[in-house]
Amino acid sequence: MNYLIGAFKPSCNISITFSDAKTRKQVPFKKENGQTVMLPLFQSQENISGKVSVEPVPGKKVEHNGIKVELLGQIEMYFDRGNFYDFTSLVRELDIPGEIYERKTFPFEFSTVEMPYETYNGANVRLRYVLKVTISRGYAGSIVEYQDFVVRNYSPPPSINNSIKMEVGIEDCLHIEFEYNKSKYHLKDVIVGKIYFLLVRIKIKNMDLEIRRRESTGSGANTHVETETLAKFELMDGAPVRGESIPIRLFLSPYELTPTHKNINNKFSVKYYLNLVLVDEEDRRYFKQQENIFCWCERPVCLGGPTMAYPSCRLKAFHNGQTYVDGGDAQRQQQISPI
Amino acid sequence: MISDGIDDDEKWLAEGIAGIQHHAFYLHRALDANNLREALKFSALMLSELRTSKLSPQKYYELYMRAFDELRMLEMFFKDESRHGVSIVDLYELVQHAGNILPRMYLLCTVGSVYIKSKEAPAKDVLKDLVEMCRGVQHPIRGLFLRSYLCQVSRDKLPDIGSEYEGGDDTVMDAVDFVLQNFTEMNKLWVRMQQQGPGAIKEKMEKERSELRDLVGKNLHVLGQIEGVDLEMYKNTVLPGILEQVVNCKDDIAQFYLMECIIQVFPDDYHLQTLETLLGACPQLQPTVDTKTVLSQLMERLSNYAAANVEVLPEFLQVEAFTKLSTAIGRVIEAQVDMPIVGAISLYVSLLTFTLRVHPDHLDYVDHVLGACVKKLSGKPKLEDKRATKQVVALLSVPLEKYNDTVTALTLSNYPRVMDYLDDGTNKVMAMVIIQSIMKNNTFITTADKVEVLFALIKGLIKDLDGTSVDELDEEDFKEEQNSVARLIHMLYNDDPEEMLKMICTVKKHIMSGGPRRLPFTIPPLVFSALRLIRRLQGQDGEVVGEEVPTTPKIIFQLLDQTIQALSCVPSPELALRLYLQCAEAANDCDLEPVAYEFFTQAFVLYEEEIADSKAQVTAIHLIIGTLQRMNVFGIENRDTLTHKATGYSAKLLKKPDQCRAVYACSHLFWVDDQDGIKDGERVLLCLKRSLRIANAAQQMASVIRGSSGPVTLFVEILNKYVYFFEKGNPQITPAAIQGLIELINNELQSESTIQISDPFFASTLRYIQFQKQKGGVMGEKLLLSMFDS
Repeated sequence: MNYLIGAFKPSCNISITFSDAKTRKQVPFKKENGQTVMLPLFQSQENISGKVSVEPVPGKKVEHNGIKVELLGQIEMYFDRGNFYDFTSLVRELDIPGEIYERKTFPFEFSTVEMPYETYNGANVRLRYVLKVTISRGYAGSIVEYQDFVVRNYSPPPSINNSIKMEVGIEDCLHIEFEYNKSKYHLKDVIVGKIYFLLVRIKIKNMDLEIRRRESTGSGANTHVETETLAKFELMDGAPVRGESIPIRLFLSPYELTPTHKNINNKFSVKYYLNLVLVDEEDRRYFKQQENIFCWCERPVCLGGPTMAYPSCRLKAFHNGQTYVDGGDAQRQQQISPI
Repeated sequence: MISDGIDDDEKWLAEGIAGIQHHAFYLHRALDANNLREALKFSALMLSELRTSKLSPQKYYELYMRAFDELRMLEMFFKDESRHGVSIVDLYELVQHAGNILPRMYLLCTVGSVYIKSKEAPAKDVLKDLVEMCRGVQHPIRGLFLRSYLCQVSRDKLPDIGSEYEGGDDTVMDAVDFVLQNFTEMNKLWVRMQQQGPGAIKEKMEKERSELRDLVGKNLHVLGQIEGVDLEMYKNTVLPGILEQVVNCKDDIAQFYLMECIIQVFPDDYHLQTLETLLGACPQLQPTVDTKTVLSQLMERLSNYAAANVEVLPEFLQVEAFTKLSTAIGRVIEAQVDMPIVGAISLYVSLLTFTLRVHPDHLDYVDHVLGACVKKLSGKPKLEDKRATKQVVALLSVPLEKYNDTVTALTLSNYPRVMDYLDDGTNKVMAMVIIQSIMKNNTFITTADKVEVLFALIKGLIKDLDGTSVDELDEEDFKEEQNSVARLIHMLYNDDPEEMLKMICTVKKHIMSGGPRRLPFTIPPLVFSALRLIRRLQGQDGEVVGEEVPTTPKIIFQLLDQTIQALSCVPSPELALRLYLQCAEAANDCDLEPVAYEFFTQAFVLYEEEIADSKAQVTAIHLIIGTLQRMNVFGIENRDTLTHKATGYSAKLLKKPDQCRAVYACSHLFWVDDQDGIKDGERVLLCLKRSLRIANAAQQMASVIRGSSGPVTLFVEILNKYVYFFEKGNPQITPAAIQGLIELINNELQSESTIQISDPFFASTLRYIQFQKQKGGVMGEKLLLSMFDS
């Protein structure tokens, strides 16, 4: 096939370079084929400028009906592979129809580009930003070249970021109080917390904290939900007794997390959950899932310092069992449910 | 099933070791290549082998040690930043990415120790973090080993005084807090093992637990070694912290072991100053805890301390160590209702030992201990339990050993009360111990009161106690016991005659109840003791003139009379007779004629009525004669009566030779070689002649019966008497008579056989005569007889 194609090989090479390529930050990006490449990183409202150079194969000329460069923001659903939905599309004409005999360079610039969504590579959906150069030709089809880049948007830290504290349990069986120091974490953050055992009547073997990603695509009846466990972090080994308090400290940096995405262009959503799982000696699992938001903060907190922050929230005595029982609906929700 | 378990154990261990070795190989490679990522990966894999639940503590320990060695190498690698290029701070985060908690925590502890060493963060923060994060491992065995690892890697990095990690915000207090917290958590894990086993394998569980106890105890050792823990801190923080954990864990194995640990690892003077706190914990321990051993160890330590450092004694008094210990023991015994009596008593033994070593001069303390013991024993029957008995003996022996002066023990009012709880056999043993102690130390008992107490103590030896059957007694033991009592009587002495008499009376009162078997042993020493007193009084007579002397020989003699009478009824007439004669002699020396006469009368009565055995009679009559001879107090009439009696009895002896000998002995009664002694030559000769006749008769009887005349010994003996009286100047003894006797003997010798057998006795007698002749002088001249002819 390649030979065949090679025979019709475009008679020119197109290359796209960013004007600040040398200084711009590069981030790893996993391509569809699994390969990881380094791509430049942009954020919304930035100017994206560079050059497109077209170099005909020596001794040949390129006849065209015009050259343009497009900046596209696309969403691709995997059930509808190959069909891109462009939520952003900007075009710059580079050349009027004519002929190119030798290497020719065209500068381009998109200024203060609005790129509201971030690059995302999920289980069933991907969102990408790409520069697309098209050399239109009348007879032999257009020559197209793509250059991907990554967009991440830094959002300000949430103004309210309470700790999550909750008492949950199964009546007369297991009764715990857990606490995460925040409800929203940035991607290089560390989750600090504790689990306090108020009542233990089952023989627990171990306890894990899982980070689960829930990706929902489509809408209405076509909604498809995929849940992945990105991290499984053992918090406790062995059976605790009543009154034990187990510390939590989970560094997020080793995991491939993204910010939470809510209803991106009505196409998909990505949410993260912290799932506390207790496994008993008969391998029964008890869990409590908690939604947490990961976001990029404007100034990523430097994690250089020692993270000694064992739960600053010292144990508070389990105050009143009565309120717990009276909890009605709340109680049902809070119950750790055995699977 | 069980053997399978052991095999499995081995198998799992082998698998675990193989796993560790496998990963360690790649770890080494990564370390050689300075590849941090790989090193972390393989060390985590290696440490995952420690996640096994299949091994017994012992096997797990082997596995742990393997991993431990590898971690040392890893630590070296972490230390050298140039090898991996990651700052220690980042490393501290990096190792926490490990997904499994156990490898994560081992790595964190390892990096943590390097972190402290680097001093890039305050030691206390790192320590605090580590000890908190270790909570994640709740499995008892795995948790214990992990925390033991933490203890191990941190022990040289504690912010102790003088340590390079102290200073700034890091104080000794932080070190103490850290170790205490680690200790508390470890103990909780350790105690939890108890609850995890079903009843059937409880024993195995307990064995496994005790194998792990040193892991827990190590924390206390570390605490003990922290230089900066001064008394104040120990008192306010360390000890209360430990004790709170010990008491609250409510586990007997842990409580016992930890109490032992506390006592062993902390300095003596700390114990002394915190005695109240430490002791306060004891009654709160579980009833199954061997509290007595704990307390005994504590007291032993303290008493050793006091013994080694005399200068600390005031401190003991200051903190009222005794009172506190005593109260604590009382509480423990009260709290532990099920404690066997032996336990309680051994506690008291320990307390007593402590008291004697620390406060030897406080007799009231000693008595107090004994009193407490009596209280414990009261309301119970005599001790049946062998071990308890042994403990009581120990209890009672301790003061005896300590106080060389046994009398001290006699002042302890509770001492005899404790003895009452012993069974009869042990009571005797104890009495012997007391007596031996007195003998060994040569202690004189000097007052009647003490005598009273002493004899109350040894009453097991003095009289038959109820319910003891006589057949059970071993004859030899009995003799030895009674001989001891006899010896004891000689240890009673007071210079004051009045007191001495009182003492004698007391003794008499006691020993009179001894029964026929004991009296022959006990009366003689008493008699002689009394006689000694008499002799003393006799010497003082002149000095105490004018004062009223209630103690007179007469009174004592009356006493003696009664005493000996008791003996004669036993009956032990021979002994009584001898004693009577002794008394008579003493009376003689006191110039108490009627008394002496009375004693003689008693002696004769005994002779007549009680002494039937012919041999005994011979001995008795000789004794009578001998004593009588020395008497000088008698008037003529009395003397005549007595001598007459004696001579008469002599002639009535059964055997002729005995008769003969007794009669010639009687001759001395008429010739006392004193200045104003009686010298009745005629009656001497009469006696001798009579004995000659008897000798002759004896000779003839012998020849009739055996066909040959017997030896001439009797004649030679009589010859000797002749020579004696001759030399003493008895005019009735003539050389001719002697000569005649010699010839008679010669004849007898010749007639006996053709061969001249020279009797050695006779020969030496002749030689003596010859010698005296040659010497000349009056004797010689007197002996110038026709002896030359022979």
